[in-house]
Amino acid sequence: MAANSISRSPSFTQEFYQSLFKVIDGENIKTCLQCANCSGVCPFGHVMDFPPGRMISWLRAGIFDEVIKADSVWMCVSCYACVEVCPKNIPLTPGLMTRAKEELLLAGNIPTELQSALEFSQRYGNPLGESPRKRADWAKGLETEVPIMRKLNRPVDVLWFVGDYASYHPRVQQTTRAFFKVLTALGVDFAILGPEESSDGDSQRMAGERGLFEMLAEKNAKVFEKYEFGEIITTDPHAYNAIKNEYPTLGIEYPVRHYTEFLVERIDDIKALFKGNGEMRITYHDPCYLGRANGIYDAPRELLEAIPGVELVEMPHSRTTSLCCGGGGGGMWLDGFQWEKAHVRLSDWRVKEAVDTEASILAVACPYEPPRFEDSVKTVAGAEKLIVKDIIELLAEAI
Amino acid sequence: MTNIVVFAKLVPDLVEELEIADNGIALDMEWLRLIINEFDNHAVEQALILKERTGGEVTVIAPQAEGVDEMLYTIAAKGADRVMMLKGDFEAGVNNHALARAFATTVQTYQPDLILTGVQANDDLDGAVGPLIAEYLGMPYIGYISGVSMAGDKLSAQKEYPGGLIAEMEVALPAVLGIQAGEEPPRYVAISKVRQMMKTATIDEYDVAELNTSGGVTANRMYAPEVSERAEMLAGDEDEVATRLVEIFKEAGLV
Amino acid sequence: MSGDIFVVFEHLRGQIADISYIMLAAARDLAQTTGGEVIGVLLGHNAQDIVSHVAADRVLYGDHPALADFNPEGYANTLSGLIQAEGPRAVFFGSTSIGADIAGVLSARLGLPLVGSCIQIGEGNIISKICGGKIMVETVLADDDTTLITMIPGGYKPAQGQSETPPTATPFEVSIDSLRISLKQYIEPEAGDVDISSEKVLIAIGRGIQTADNIELAQELAELLGGAVCASRPVVDQGWLPATRLVGKSGKSVKPKLYLALGISGAPEHVEGMADAEMVVAINMDPNAPIFNVATYGAEIDLFDLIDPLIEKLEAAA
Repeated sequence: MAANSISRSPSFTQEFYQSLFKVIDGENIKTCLQCANCSGVCPFGHVMDFPPGRMISWLRAGIFDEVIKADSVWMCVSCYACVEVCPKNIPLTPGLMTRAKEELLLAGNIPTELQSALEFSQRYGNPLGESPRKRADWAKGLETEVPIMRKLNRPVDVLWFVGDYASYHPRVQQTTRAFFKVLTALGVDFAILGPEESSDGDSQRMAGERGLFEMLAEKNAKVFEKYEFGEIITTDPHAYNAIKNEYPTLGIEYPVRHYTEFLVERIDDIKALFKGNGEMRITYHDPCYLGRANGIYDAPRELLEAIPGVELVEMPHSRTTSLCCGGGGGGMWLDGFQWEKAHVRLSDWRVKEAVDTEASILAVACPYEPPRFEDSVKTVAGAEKLIVKDIIELLAEAI
Repeated sequence: MTNIVVFAKLVPDLVEELEIADNGIALDMEWLRLIINEFDNHAVEQALILKERTGGEVTVIAPQAEGVDEMLYTIAAKGADRVMMLKGDFEAGVNNHALARAFATTVQTYQPDLILTGVQANDDLDGAVGPLIAEYLGMPYIGYISGVSMAGDKLSAQKEYPGGLIAEMEVALPAVLGIQAGEEPPRYVAISKVRQMMKTATIDEYDVAELNTSGGVTANRMYAPEVSERAEMLAGDEDEVATRLVEIFKEAGLV
Repeated sequence: MSGDIFVVFEHLRGQIADISYIMLAAARDLAQTTGGEVIGVLLGHNAQDIVSHVAADRVLYGDHPALADFNPEGYANTLSGLIQAEGPRAVFFGSTSIGADIAGVLSARLGLPLVGSCIQIGEGNIISKICGGKIMVETVLADDDTTLITMIPGGYKPAQGQSETPPTATPFEVSIDSLRISLKQYIEPEAGDVDISSEKVLIAIGRGIQTADNIELAQELAELLGGAVCASRPVVDQGWLPATRLVGKSGKSVKPKLYLALGISGAPEHVEGMADAEMVVAINMDPNAPIFNVATYGAEIDLFDLIDPLIEKLEAAA
């Protein structure tokens, strides 16, 4: 990390403040009551030098430079919890926190682990630093070949945007293969982009790298343009959020749905495929970018409840109050930094809640989650028997 | 004012599998992905640190290759004052001797006080480029440098030896240093700044009329290392591997 | 031009470096083809004692106060005259902080061909390892010029270049004019840290360890196995471990009974420091990681998945 001496023009605070108005509902920041709900609900608010509320008060005092010199904004996991509780509906996550990260990044005040993820995203089109040529390698060894747009050379109903972790992370690849199984069983006409797909860029954007996000979005747009398809579906809520809410601001407009929305529409067809699978007590974790950021709470639950023998139980924090797994907003690439500051993992808290429900399965619907929660299962007392599964894996197993 | 020039080049990115060309004596360029030589990246960082600490101007010169524009714009966005590309037929059998000669000819017009480059590169087959540059320019060379400070026309450099021992060497300028590690890891530069540079910065070009590759060597054969040297792979999940490892450690009397 | 092969000895503060013996072993192989002698070249001051175990036919010794410590300029100037006068068929240098500083200078100054990263001498050819150990290259000696070669460890064991019979050392005249480079002082590595070169067990970590915090996991393993943690370059560059823990080029050479490499890809710069370990166990997710080519045992799994069960089972076995 570099740049401890950051000099700013006196107008910097003013320029920064003005820039916040450009976000949807951005001007609401003028009405902040300083109630500190945001700082209280923030999972890492207790270790931030400047949680959102205090940031606003310093902004108002015209001494925002100091905020940029501190690095605790890198504790923000962009989970939208602050936005959810703000009585004045201030877009704290997409506005204030993200803009602050952008300024830190421009000043070179950036943790090294995040730096590598961003450099990898730029170079290889994925934050894991994997070869882009291997993006479809998760499909190797499957009985049926996974259709790839470039080879298929015909229009399809559904373009499946696989996403970074779903493509490369060994644990999440299991989820990806499960989704392939379900799509195939349902007879959906689909294809993937394979090596032509790049990172959706959403988490990089939330980590302050807007330029990188735009670059990645444009790369994907060029590929989307080459092919004909009815709609895009994805198992990754971050990709979903990007294509649904952010790509259109760049003129890239395609219909997109998260797989839970797509499948819930076909619930009767899926039910017809189910076989008995025994009794299961399941609790469901709402991913931030499916839930709070996009308001999808029911589709995942409907899918789970459709599985024979499933009893769905809720954790104390569910739906709008769901607890973040810690992976958003660059959190996937800040584990070391955040651990050093907080000495706690957000996923641990979530797993403790799941254990208390006495559920045997913690169901998720985001590729960031299985590896994070499984890590916590190994260390949280009493969690040894808890199984972490993406909803799609549970569906695939029941078919 | 100190005039610092960095020589940086792109090298094969080892994240991809490397393939041998049909002629059997070169890398297959078709699938080759290039990346800035890691040590050159450190040399750039060291140059920028020196500039920030003691003033001066930083010029970065790189031979033409796929992706060199992007590399140079990124370096400009990090704070280099001037970026330049050596243009010529670098595809056909270019070695470090040829690169060093081309660079040496070009760099003379800048009258550098200090030239930095990476101490080595993963595709060096005819030695590192730094000592060659130094000799073609008649300058002294020290490699394996991980720290530099300047005072007047003298420079003090920290040279690394095995085992963590460091030799503090003094050298009269102008000189060439082979950088092992910059004093800080290479900095990050936001893509927006790089994109800005693409619009505003100019990459100077210098045509290299003829490449003189003598002093380098020609490969008779290139191949991937034999697989027979491979380790005995332990199959199974982490539990099975752990169990097997403990057995192996026991057999070796380590547990 | 003779068929003789020169080996430029490397030494630091009175200690001859292992690469000198490795070069002698390679030179011996090469001399089979060229039909000449293996001749060691020693530059130093009052240093003749350090060559008592070299397997050279004879040694040329250049003694001068200015050569008491390595000085790239002093070395290059001296060798340039010697090579011109003697015309050996080939000259070996270490691809090290010493040899690599001068081989290129001499190649450019004398117009002699230079082959880098030689790991072994094949039948009449020079075998180099480049591109992070992923590519091997075969080259041959120049017909009518002295070929300069820089050598990396891995192909020969130091013992192959050692002998109990000290060779005869013939002094040659050295004249050194004013030099532009001078040694000011040595800065000792951080004191008090463990000496990894004397540890029986080493847990080696690389880029794959991801964060400074995860080093504690490796530390825990090291304690269970009665060893220490060492690292490859990126970990040290990040400042996560001191330079005293660095294995490989510009770090230490180690010969433990067990070298457990966690998330280390196995670039040649690292491998040259650990190739002599008795047993190497490599854990890496990349099936093509070159570390598997030097390892005794390997497993293609996530090191973070392995550490916990391994710690558990080691505790149970203790």
